[in-house]
Amino acid sequence: MSFIAKSPWILHYDGSSCNGCDIETLACLTPVYDIERFGVINTGNPKHADILIVTGSVNHQNRDVLLNIYNQMPDPKAVIAVGICAITGGIFAECYNVLGGVDKVLPVDIYVPGCAARPEAIIDGIVKAIGILEMKHQNMRIKSKWRLRWPWKSELKFSY
Amino acid sequence: MGKQTIIPFGPQHPVLPEPLHLDLVLEDERIVDAIPSIGYVHRGLELLVSKKEYAEYVYVAERICGICSFMHGLGYCQAVEEIMEIQVPERALFLRTIWAELSRIHSHLMWFGLAADAFGLENLFMLSWRLRESVLDIIEETSGGRVIFGACKIGGVRRDISPETLRDMCQKLEKLKGHMDRLTGVFLNDRSVGYRLKGIGVLTREDAQRLGAVGPLLRASGVDMDMRRLGYAAYERLSFEPVTENDGDCYARCAVRARELYQSIDLIAQAVSMMPDGEVDTKVLGAPKGECFMRLEQPRGEVLYYVRADGTRYIERFRVRTPTFTNIPSMIHCLKGCDFSDVPNVILTIDPCISCIER
Repeated sequence: MSFIAKSPWILHYDGSSCNGCDIETLACLTPVYDIERFGVINTGNPKHADILIVTGSVNHQNRDVLLNIYNQMPDPKAVIAVGICAITGGIFAECYNVLGGVDKVLPVDIYVPGCAARPEAIIDGIVKAIGILEMKHQNMRIKSKWRLRWPWKSELKFSY
Repeated sequence: MGKQTIIPFGPQHPVLPEPLHLDLVLEDERIVDAIPSIGYVHRGLELLVSKKEYAEYVYVAERICGICSFMHGLGYCQAVEEIMEIQVPERALFLRTIWAELSRIHSHLMWFGLAADAFGLENLFMLSWRLRESVLDIIEETSGGRVIFGACKIGGVRRDISPETLRDMCQKLEKLKGHMDRLTGVFLNDRSVGYRLKGIGVLTREDAQRLGAVGPLLRASGVDMDMRRLGYAAYERLSFEPVTENDGDCYARCAVRARELYQSIDLIAQAVSMMPDGEVDTKVLGAPKGECFMRLEQPRGEVLYYVRADGTRYIERFRVRTPTFTNIPSMIHCLKGCDFSDVPNVILTIDPCISCIER
């Protein structure tokens, strides 16, 4: 395990969720569930974050905010969609202001189902995201090595 | 007049888990104006009422807000029941009261945690959220869900609570009272907390009434108003006095919520001791026709529902006026004149719930 996966910092953004998944995400960080003991810290600054947790669906107003936050995060980064609203729009899918799941705007790595998603499920999602971060990190290292060797082949694509 | 600076606050910020955007106009460190802009959580679920059947819409109503979810479902059900003139069984009314008070306790404990985080005591934040988990355990045991209960339906409730569970619940809440003494003691007696809260964001009685404040914010300014005295559910059978304070500052709002925690535990104990036997739901036939206003007391204050139905399976118009929406003008009023470093405190003491505001 590389240094990056040991203590991922998470950034939490509320799309248009009903608050249920938000307080469950916060409950993960507090006693009883307490993922802070593994070094997972909730940060408010996108430039410090490794994992973006999005709860709730995307609408016209917060689309740009989400993209802005995502682009500010340093590579490698992972996105977790928490709750059914973040996956498909859920019960609000028919509403006029709901565009759909987070994957309409951002590349989502992990989907955590539930309404509201239980803290155990969210923790499981974060653990899976650590694996994805690790793979993305390895790919970045290989990519940069290849780029040094064959700079004209910078178009090379790697998938994890 | 000095040079004015505008500092944007939000929508993604560490104080609240929810997106609220404020443009703070500052003169040096003092706030002269605050301009809120909302719409980040708007879903438009009032229109969704035309796409879901009236009995199905309870689920959507519960998801207006995940913190006071049970109360939103309760308000919608009561409004439809009043239109259809359904007699809800006694036992269901008492069960509704118990769940409503449990969600008040969990909401207030959550607020204490967020407030502690806002003035920088992370330990206290963890302490109150640990206490909140024990309330969530009771809720999960009785209703099956942690934040979205799904317990209320038109004509009654979906589940019964057995007498043993009720007795256990009372014992657990008595135990919780002991732990809560420690928590509220820090908030009300600690010197450093007092420095952050006393005399900050004062809302006078006149201003509170003029700006239409509701809930703990209004009661902290000395106005004795509590919608539970309207006697919906089983509240007309229970005896209680609304909690009021006279100072109108952040500390008074804190004190109101602290005393309401004990009041809620007392109300649950009363409801359990008076609990009648019998059915928990009635059969609902037909469709609603007519209109109705329904008022409830949520953890954050008075909420108002308007339902108009035209005799079909689909309700014609549904409108919610949530407590945080009414409290925004008071919040802006409190923000004016306070220091920039006190902004999180003042915002949090109105207990904002953004998904309630925007629906």
